[in-house]
Amino acid sequence: MRDSEVPQEGNRTLGGQRKAMYARGADGRIHIVPSAGWEVEEIVTRQAVEDLDRLAEDARQRVATGRTSPLEYHMHKARMDVPLLSQVTGLWQWRIRRHFRPDIFRNLSAGLLRRYGDAMGLSVEQLKKAE
Amino acid sequence: MMDFQHSHASHCESGVMSAMLRHLGLPISEAMALGLSSALSFAYLPIVKINGLPLVAYRMPPRFIIKGLQKPLGLKMRFETFRSPEAGEKRLNELLAAGRLVGMQTSVFWLPYMPEDLRFHFNAHNVLAYGRDAASGDYRLSDPVVETPVTCAPADLRRARFARGVLAPRGLLYYPEGKPSEPDWATVLPRAIKRTARIMLDSPIPMIGVRGIRRLAGAIERLDAAGKPAAAKMFIGQVVRMQEEIGTGGGGFRFIYAAFLQEAADRLARPPLNELSDALVDIGDDWREFALATARMIRDREPLDPARLGDKLRAIADREQAFFCDLRRAA
Repeated sequence: MRDSEVPQEGNRTLGGQRKAMYARGADGRIHIVPSAGWEVEEIVTRQAVEDLDRLAEDARQRVATGRTSPLEYHMHKARMDVPLLSQVTGLWQWRIRRHFRPDIFRNLSAGLLRRYGDAMGLSVEQLKKAE
Repeated sequence: MMDFQHSHASHCESGVMSAMLRHLGLPISEAMALGLSSALSFAYLPIVKINGLPLVAYRMPPRFIIKGLQKPLGLKMRFETFRSPEAGEKRLNELLAAGRLVGMQTSVFWLPYMPEDLRFHFNAHNVLAYGRDAASGDYRLSDPVVETPVTCAPADLRRARFARGVLAPRGLLYYPEGKPSEPDWATVLPRAIKRTARIMLDSPIPMIGVRGIRRLAGAIERLDAAGKPAAAKMFIGQVVRMQEEIGTGGGGFRFIYAAFLQEAADRLARPPLNELSDALVDIGDDWREFALATARMIRDREPLDPARLGDKLRAIADREQAFFCDLRRAA
């Protein structure tokens, strides 16, 4: 890649930051060139983020109709999945899935709720609502 | 307050080590840190899943650069992990009060200065701490992938350092003991280059090196484009994300390594390494073209055609095989 070809088209996933790229200058030497972003990166990053957002939105709707607990919504919102939440909280995966049942989630102990809250950086009050 | 010079780099670990060594009086570029530790690689590990997708990496595992620089530079790095966040925070404060520059392993997800869209649960992000703001108590950090120095509140840094999950940092701090010395380039450079050629060509595990690229090509060809297009797109998108988004300098570290080869050519007065550097830039361009084609398929600007992507990867694998054979001979 020539340094004049380093993409500068912008990438909104970088939040205005620039990243260091390596490219060849006119003298043939490779050096660092700050890049404002490449559309290709924006596409693949947005693809991942949108997939996580879709899972969270889907869970939010199921919370509204009483088919899952706010825990599932917050898990997706925190960009986690069940295996990761299991590692972070130290709870079995089947137990976490069981806590996705609204009737069971409603009766969780304060200690367990705090454990989930700590894992996702939420207060217990936030954790109880899917918003 | 320590007199520390921040510099912008592509990759966190090589950037951290380059800045740390420069601070100790040994100017080593980011490219040299990557090349000298033989960190360039390729790995396709279908068994290791990240959010349900297989791991694809263009470099050796985390800490390979930090550890790999010890021997050639006669440097002893000290690593400390902690059971409790309190102990980890106390130790960091002690080291900073003693005027030390400290490397840390963190989770990107909990670093507030990172762009929202890039905050995934990746636990092996390296940053340097070089002081604290006296008034607010915030830490002054040098994150190589960010253009300027940043600050981070103690509570956020504690979360980032003690995140759990795969590659959990457990508060890891690292710093050098003693001073690095100027190495004997004629010994260490050929050794480092040969080691990279060995990793790329002779790995006994078929998921590593050039064979790993071919294996990934096979896995992409087998994707069900007609039946499950969304899943197929997630798979190929993940490959490109690992190649470009996560700070590789472009083309999955191939451009940085090409810069390293130019430096090596100068240090060793061996012009053939410059030609090899040019060849590797061309290979990096092929990787970028693969990324472009993939992104176009994800956005439906081109029909989704996994077989075409697989062919592109096989062509890259062939070129890399020839390249690393030549490189081994030149070293």
